[in-house]
Amino acid sequence: MKYSDEFRDKSIAQGLARAIDAEVSSQRTYRFMEFCGGHTHAISRYGLEDLLPANVRMIHGPGCPVCVLPASRIDMAIRLVERPEVTLCVYGDLMRAPGSQGQSLLRAKALGADIRMVYSTLDAIRLAEQIPGREVVFFAIGFETTTPPTAVMIRIAESKRLDRLSVFCNHVLTPSAMHSILENPKIRNAGGVPIDGFIGPAHVSTIIGTQPYEPLAEQFEKPIVVAGFEPLDVLQAILMLVRQVNQHRYEVENQYRRAVTREGNLRAKGEVSQVFELRDQFEWRGLGLVPNSGLKLKRSYAKFDAETRFAIHDMPVADNPACECCAILRGAKRPADCKLIGKICTPETPIGACMVSSEGACAAYWTYGRVRGEQVRQRS
Amino acid sequence: MSMKAYPRKLDVKSGRVELSHGSGGRAMAQLISDLFHQAFGNEWLARCNDQAAFDVSAGRMVMTTDGYVVTPLFFPGGNIGSLAVHGTINDVAMSGARPLYLSTSFIIEEGFRFSDLKTIADSMGAAARGGGVHIIAGDTKVVERGKADGLFISVAGIGFVADGLDLSADKVRVGDRVLVSGSLGDHGVAIMSKRQNVAFQTEIVSDSAALHDLVAVMLAAGPGGIRVMRDPTRGGLAAALNEIAHQSDVGFHLQESTIPVKPAVAAACELLGLEPIHVANEGKLVAIVAPESADAVLAAMKAHPLASDAADIGEAVADDHKFVQMTTGFGGRRVVDWLWGEQLPRIC
Repeated sequence: MKYSDEFRDKSIAQGLARAIDAEVSSQRTYRFMEFCGGHTHAISRYGLEDLLPANVRMIHGPGCPVCVLPASRIDMAIRLVERPEVTLCVYGDLMRAPGSQGQSLLRAKALGADIRMVYSTLDAIRLAEQIPGREVVFFAIGFETTTPPTAVMIRIAESKRLDRLSVFCNHVLTPSAMHSILENPKIRNAGGVPIDGFIGPAHVSTIIGTQPYEPLAEQFEKPIVVAGFEPLDVLQAILMLVRQVNQHRYEVENQYRRAVTREGNLRAKGEVSQVFELRDQFEWRGLGLVPNSGLKLKRSYAKFDAETRFAIHDMPVADNPACECCAILRGAKRPADCKLIGKICTPETPIGACMVSSEGACAAYWTYGRVRGEQVRQRS
Repeated sequence: MSMKAYPRKLDVKSGRVELSHGSGGRAMAQLISDLFHQAFGNEWLARCNDQAAFDVSAGRMVMTTDGYVVTPLFFPGGNIGSLAVHGTINDVAMSGARPLYLSTSFIIEEGFRFSDLKTIADSMGAAARGGGVHIIAGDTKVVERGKADGLFISVAGIGFVADGLDLSADKVRVGDRVLVSGSLGDHGVAIMSKRQNVAFQTEIVSDSAALHDLVAVMLAAGPGGIRVMRDPTRGGLAAALNEIAHQSDVGFHLQESTIPVKPAVAAACELLGLEPIHVANEGKLVAIVAPESADAVLAAMKAHPLASDAADIGEAVADDHKFVQMTTGFGGRRVVDWLWGEQLPRIC
C-alpha cells in the first residue's frame, strides 16, 4: 500500500524501539500522553506498548470529539429530532454516544426519528436541497479538523439561500483541553500522576499548525511532539520526547512534517474565524467545564444556529460518579482500574467518555489490550 | 381448443412486480411458473405442490436457514440470489455434509423490475446447479412499496452427513491449527465500496462461492483431523474465532503476518477505517484442525481452485479468558475482539 506501508516497516519499528531503549534512563519513568484518539488507536491496534521499555508509559488523552461530548448535548440533539419537522444529519460514530438516560441517536432513529448518517457537510447541503420542506440540522462536532468544512457549509447555505439548513454546533478546541488537563483543579485532584510530555494531534495540526502549542510547552515545561497516526510516526515521536526529557528541553517539535507546518492552513483558519467565535466555556465529558474551549456561530450567522432557531438549551447532567474517566484521562488511573469496565460499561453500552468511541482509552483497552491488563497491573 | 393458462405473456423486459403478483391469484401463478420455475426447473418444482417430497438416505440430515437482505442487490462478483444459494450451501457444508435440497422464500417490494428479478432468479438457478443442489420448494410474497428494500430472500438448506462425521465447535483442543482458505474481506469490501459510493481504482470482487467441494477434499485429506469448520460471514474471521473459542473453552493465538489479505482489500479497509478480520466473506472458510492433520489438509486446500491462497494462521491455546489474540506485524500483541455494533465511519 503506497503511502502507508512505508510507515509500517517492521525493521524500522524495531530500530526505533532499540533507539528508545538505548536512550531512556533506567533511573526514571517517562509518562507521555497521546492527546488524540487516533494515536491511542494506533498504539493499541499495532501493539506498540510491547515494543517500549517498561519505564515508558503511554497515557491515553481525551482527544476524541465523540468521547468528550457531554451527555447533555446528546439530550439536546434528541430533543431536536423529537420535533416532527427536523431531519438531523450526523457523522456515523456519534450515533452510539449515550445521553443522560442511556438513550442514543441510534435508538432515537429506531423509534422513528429522521436521522441521516452523513459523510461530509456537503451531504447535508444536498439533503437540504432535496427535501426542501424539512428543517435540516447538521450535528457539527469535532476538533479543529472538522470545523472548516462546517464553516464552508454555512457559507454555501447562505449563498444558496438554504434557509431551512442549520447547525447544532459542538466544535471544540484542542489547546484549551490540553491546558485544562495540565491545570484544571478537578482533574488535578483526580490524581497526581505527572505527564512528562505530549504527542500532539496530527489532523488538528494540519489546520492550526504547531504554533498554538508553543505557549503550553513553555508555561508548563512539557515537551510536545506533533506526530502522524502511523505506527512509525508514533514510535519516532516517543523517541523525540525521550530525547527532550533527557535534555530538559520543553519545545514543540514537528514529527509530522509531511503534512503539518508551524502556521497551519491559513485558508481553513480564515474560513473558521469568519463564521465562528469562542464560547466562554464548554462542557467536556470527563473534564467538566473548560473555559474558551468551544465554538459557536457568530451573531451575523445566527439564523443558521439550531440552538437559537429551535430554542434548545443546555441542561448539564452529572457523569456517573463511579466512572473513572476523569482520572483515566489524567493518567492517574488505567481503564482496568475502573469498577464499571466490562461490567456495565462496554462498547455496546458505554457509560463514560473513554468508552464511547472506538478511539477512547477504555474502548481501545477493552478491544485490543485487555489481555495485557493483569501484566500492566503487576508491572506497576 | 384448450385455453392458455396465462393469456398475456409476463413482460420480463420492462414490467414490474405488482401487489397482485403476491395475492395468490393468476398473476402470482404466472410469476412462479414463468420466472421462478424457468430459473430453478426441476422435477420436484414441476409437480407444483405446496411442499416437495424427497428421498432420504441413511445417516444424519443437516438443516439450516438464512435470510438475505443485502444492499445493494447487485455487486461485483454476484447478486443477492447467487449469494443466498452459496451462503446456504456453505452453512450446510460446514458440517461436512453434502448439500442436496434448498427451499426459498421471496419478499418482493411492489414495483420491483421483472428483469432484475429474472436476473436474480437465473443466478440462483445457476448457483444451485453449479453446487449440485436443487431448489425444490418456494414461496412468494409482495409487499407495498416502501415496506421492503427491493427484495429479501430466505433460503433453507438440507444435506446429508456421512456416518461417523461430527464436526462441532466444542471439539477444539489446545495445539490445534487454525487454517483459512484464502484472502479475507473481499465480499464485505466489494459490497461497501458500492454502498458508500467509494470509487476504488481496482474493482474488488466478492468471493461468493459454494464451498462444499472444497470441504469434501479437506475431509478426505485429513480424515478425523478436522474439528470444526465455519464460513466467516458477518463479523468476519474475528467473530468466527471468538465464537469457537467460547464454545470450546480455548483461546486462539494468530500471527498477523500470515493472514492472507489482498492489497486492494487492505487499502480499501484502511480508507474506510475497517480491519479485514472483521469484514464479511462469502467464499472462504476457517477450519480448526488437529496438528497432525494440518499439513495434509492445508496442502489439499492449496491444490483446490477455491483455496489456492490457504494459510495456517495460528493455533488454539489454553486461555481461561477465551481471548483471540494476535501478534501484530511489529511483534506486539493485541486482542482480536468481536466487532461491536454496526461498523460506523469515524469523524476523523
